[in-house]
Amino acid sequence: MTASEKKFDVLKIRKDFPALDVLVHGKPLVYLDNAATTHKPYSVIKKEELYYSTLNSNIHRGVHTLSQKATAAYEQAREKVKTFLNAKSVSEIIFTKGTTDSINLLASSFGKKFIKPGDEIVISYMEHHSNIVPWQLLCEQTGAVLKVIPINDRGELIFESFLSLLSEKTKLISVVFISNSLGTVNPVKEIIEAAHGRNIPVLIDAAQAVQHLPLDVNELDCDFLAFSGHKIYGPTGVGVLYGKEHWLEQLPPYQGGGDMIASVTFEKTTYNELPFKFEAGTPNIAGVIGLGEALDYVAGVELENISAYEKELFTYANRKLSAIERLVPIGTANHKLSVFSFTLEGIHPHDIGTILDFEGIAIRTGHHCTQPVMQRFGIPATARISLSFYNTKEEIDFTADAIKKVFEVFG
Amino acid sequence: MDNELRELYQQVILDHNKSPRNFKKLEEANHHAEGHNPLCGDHLDVYLLLEENIVKDISFIGNGCAISKSSASLMTSLIKGKTKEEAEQLFEKFHALVTGNLKDANEIESLGKLAVFQGVQEFPARVKCASLAWHTMHNALTENEGKTTTE
Repeated sequence: MTASEKKFDVLKIRKDFPALDVLVHGKPLVYLDNAATTHKPYSVIKKEELYYSTLNSNIHRGVHTLSQKATAAYEQAREKVKTFLNAKSVSEIIFTKGTTDSINLLASSFGKKFIKPGDEIVISYMEHHSNIVPWQLLCEQTGAVLKVIPINDRGELIFESFLSLLSEKTKLISVVFISNSLGTVNPVKEIIEAAHGRNIPVLIDAAQAVQHLPLDVNELDCDFLAFSGHKIYGPTGVGVLYGKEHWLEQLPPYQGGGDMIASVTFEKTTYNELPFKFEAGTPNIAGVIGLGEALDYVAGVELENISAYEKELFTYANRKLSAIERLVPIGTANHKLSVFSFTLEGIHPHDIGTILDFEGIAIRTGHHCTQPVMQRFGIPATARISLSFYNTKEEIDFTADAIKKVFEVFG
Repeated sequence: MDNELRELYQQVILDHNKSPRNFKKLEEANHHAEGHNPLCGDHLDVYLLLEENIVKDISFIGNGCAISKSSASLMTSLIKGKTKEEAEQLFEKFHALVTGNLKDANEIESLGKLAVFQGVQEFPARVKCASLAWHTMHNALTENEGKTTTE
């Protein structure tokens, strides 16, 4: 038994996730689509149920007991996010619908305040569509220009090219921490340092990172960071935008409505303080409370342990799967985590997905909302295995055998 | 292999996937349409030579899964020589077959080799793969030059 295996018992952890017991085509589910969404532990499912069955009421506006209790639970979840990210204040934690919503919020508010014709926004070639399209929309609206950091054949950012893209025109950099289609872990710390040397703020898309690595926004020094609840064992429809207070204070509201105001007259409306200025309308209360519970669950297992176990599992999977004849790994960065993308010679990823499904194995096939990455590698799609800390080496072995069966079907 | 899976990946499908028929750009084509499946990013082009209401020649190029490639391949070999109306009728029948709306055994049998796609109805996610080429052919026939999508 290795050090990381001693720290936690994966079989015990699996018992916390009821959906892992599902049978698919009569076979035990092997869930390897964690980059799309993760399963939820009982505690999160129970927490949502508890809210609806014992606390249900609207927040921030009632003097009655239930409303106060619901408000307290909602704000407690914000505290949990603050602690989880090591943010300085709860004012820096905005609840959104998810990473996509967080990025759209920032593109809209930051754009209104700071972006002028000819300004430049820098993203990378390996961004998810959700970190491309909001900036394209902003550029269309403002006359700003989108600049793209190229990647090499291994699927790594070319750092010198990144540096050469920066100029006094650069107003914002938005990059992904871990690529959802390649698994590349980007040197975000170095990117942020280089950006700050030129007073450029940086948004980190941490949708594929928060569940795998201990993350500290203070230490990273990022200006903004986005993630989704459902990829870290929480509910769908809830996410977070972290922003440094001095930035958030300068930005105009994203949406108008209830809860985001201080006072409204037909002549003038003044806005609520942070973070409520950015949370118009009744939020996903149960989802936020569920997310808080998910973070508690992760804290209970400890991200250091999760990270160590997943690293070992990924190394095992990478070695085992890469050894399969006629399997071509897509993305071979030196620093990779969680995601193993591949193609099989002469076989379309969709066919791989269907055949593996018959073995009970859930993987993602397609372009993974990263069409530029597919174009870069000259392929229409990949098959993607993405790991979580509840996966096992036995599941990897089983999957490797199932991939060999795909070749048997296609000859 | 599971029976259901064998139903999906029948020998005819595997064969047409491996060596697709009429897999080229038809230089003398007078009708063309492009098909796209946003779900998987698959693209295909269908080329038609339509003379006096008859499909004199038809071809396709593109990249897709075994289901979509073999469907396109079989389609081209069956449509060649048919009138525009016959081609459209076949499309309707094929669509009914893969969506599980063609129940009559005689009707299914009348589809000949196309009947191998009957298994697709058990795989809702793959119906679009099977029908992409046909939708694109329909658009090419009706001279709808826009992009076909299965969404």
